[in-house]
Amino acid sequence: MSQVSDVAIPDAEVAPSPVRGASLLRRSLRLWRTRIGVVLVGVIVLLAIIGPYVAPYGPSTPVGAPNSVPGGKAVLGTDYLGQDVLSRVLYGGRSILVMAVIATALGLIGGAAVGLVAAYSRNALDDVLMRAMDVIMALPSILLALVAVAIVGPRAWVIVAAIALTTAPRVARVARGAAQPVVERDFIAASEAMGVPRWRILSGELLPNTLGPLMVEASLRLTYSIGLIAGLAYLGLSPNVNGANWGTMIKQNQLVLAVQPWGAVAPIIAIALLTMGTGLIGDGIARTAAGIDRARGEE
Amino acid sequence: MRLGRYVIRRILQLILVFVGVTLLIYGMVYALPGDPIRGMAGDRPLSPSVVNALRDRYHLNDPFFVQYGKYIWGLLHGDLGTSLEAQEPVSTLLAPKLVNSAVLVVLAAVLSIPLSIAIGAWAALKREKVFDQSSSNLMLLLAALPEFVVALVLVIVFATTVFHVLPAISTVPPGSRPWNNWVALVLPTITLVIAVAPYVSRIMRASMIEVLESDYVEMARLKGLPERTVLIRHALPNALGPVLQVIALNLAYLAGGIIIVEFVFNYSGIGGAIAEAVVNHDLPVIQALAILLAAVYVVVNLLADVATILVTPRLRTRL
Repeated sequence: MSQVSDVAIPDAEVAPSPVRGASLLRRSLRLWRTRIGVVLVGVIVLLAIIGPYVAPYGPSTPVGAPNSVPGGKAVLGTDYLGQDVLSRVLYGGRSILVMAVIATALGLIGGAAVGLVAAYSRNALDDVLMRAMDVIMALPSILLALVAVAIVGPRAWVIVAAIALTTAPRVARVARGAAQPVVERDFIAASEAMGVPRWRILSGELLPNTLGPLMVEASLRLTYSIGLIAGLAYLGLSPNVNGANWGTMIKQNQLVLAVQPWGAVAPIIAIALLTMGTGLIGDGIARTAAGIDRARGEE
Repeated sequence: MRLGRYVIRRILQLILVFVGVTLLIYGMVYALPGDPIRGMAGDRPLSPSVVNALRDRYHLNDPFFVQYGKYIWGLLHGDLGTSLEAQEPVSTLLAPKLVNSAVLVVLAAVLSIPLSIAIGAWAALKREKVFDQSSSNLMLLLAALPEFVVALVLVIVFATTVFHVLPAISTVPPGSRPWNNWVALVLPTITLVIAVAPYVSRIMRASMIEVLESDYVEMARLKGLPERTVLIRHALPNALGPVLQVIALNLAYLAGGIIIVEFVFNYSGIGGAIAEAVVNHDLPVIQALAILLAAVYVVVNLLADVATILVTPRLRTRL
């Protein structure tokens, strides 16, 4: 058979219309948990974006006696250096959010690429790639970041790269798992027979069919990345040691919890609302995707 | 025996992973910018000859694989390297801290595993009822919180601000043992339990639901067996299979999670040691701890694989 176009493609070999990412998101918004999650994340992100413009004081401006309780000039009181807690909370979300989003995005792209290539290769490359992922996963995420920071120092790119590196294998596993059944389907063989380039099969056929699980994983990974970056800052490892950063603030004001709790409590609430929000969104998407699968199975 | 062959294959795989980890860690130390000798000196100026002598002493002038080979050779002989900061063998430095950390991890595991299995199984039995929905939602929210946030909320509620019933600091003085001051262990342990329980209870619930819908459970019920027997003799053991894997993952995860939890409570374990070593650029200590934690991961996973086979009759015969 020399002419590929002569091959009649039966209906069954036409690619199934995958649930598009946007449509999955829209459907998941019918669930209350997703809505609550979106509101929580929205509020915190808004706070982080416009916070610096509306903060009553600068993040490092001394406004009163150290550890003074809420009231007067400082709505949430002052921290251990006499800086305004509210202003520092308003300034302190940006770097965590930006770093977490970049790290998660890099990890997602890298992990999805590795997972899809592994699933599609169906040969020794699959084994090699996934064993390499196993190696990275044998180390707790925070430890890998700590090793990198210990060598280079707490630079932003180091933290982002280390967290992307620990995100990738977990995403790769999910992507591979979701792509494996798709690879065996007839429409992939049909595309190959028609001479569609491999990268187009990966990006045009495999990727859309794995978007559901990947989106669930993305929100889960973002939740962890936020926790890790805030945690590193709490350990004293952030690009700007004395800068306004929720993790740093918690550490700095932990010792005075008994006197002026707000210096630590306010950033704790901010981080908690943010991660609970991303967690709720992820659960909403997961439930929606599972519901769609179940409905398809019953068809 | 087939089980034996399977175990040997898994051991070989896991050894490969472990070798990979040592290469990864060693490669990072080797390749990333940052000079351990300069880091050691801090702000003091060093003459080039001193730098060179120190580089020789720590084998830093050798090619990568020679350095790596020497390191592995040392590891195999129980030599984890010498701390740059304390100028002491890493093993003597870390041994007491390892014991302290192990106490915490074991305590957390012993409490959290039965608790979360019970919560998950009960939620599966009461599917879509109040207990199931409230426990699932609570676990979802707890799982989203970073451990240090959980730890600090506990500190604020029970130690410093709302109530003053438990200590906020859990330092273990040198020469003392963690259990000598058990009250101090309460909050770190609860933190770790909260960190693990959501994952284990969620998988237990899913696994139990699947088993409860299976034919053999229905068969057992139709035979007229009392519900108690059906649940405890037929459903529970079969539901545990997939849960063991998640428990293993979480135990390995606990070994990493303690880093930050120990730091919150100023607990004298490996977590504190790592944080300190990072600040001091004490690479041999970090290297050793990373490799140690990877070894824990590998061993725990192997044990889980074997345990899964032992509790799953289907797998036991099919191997």
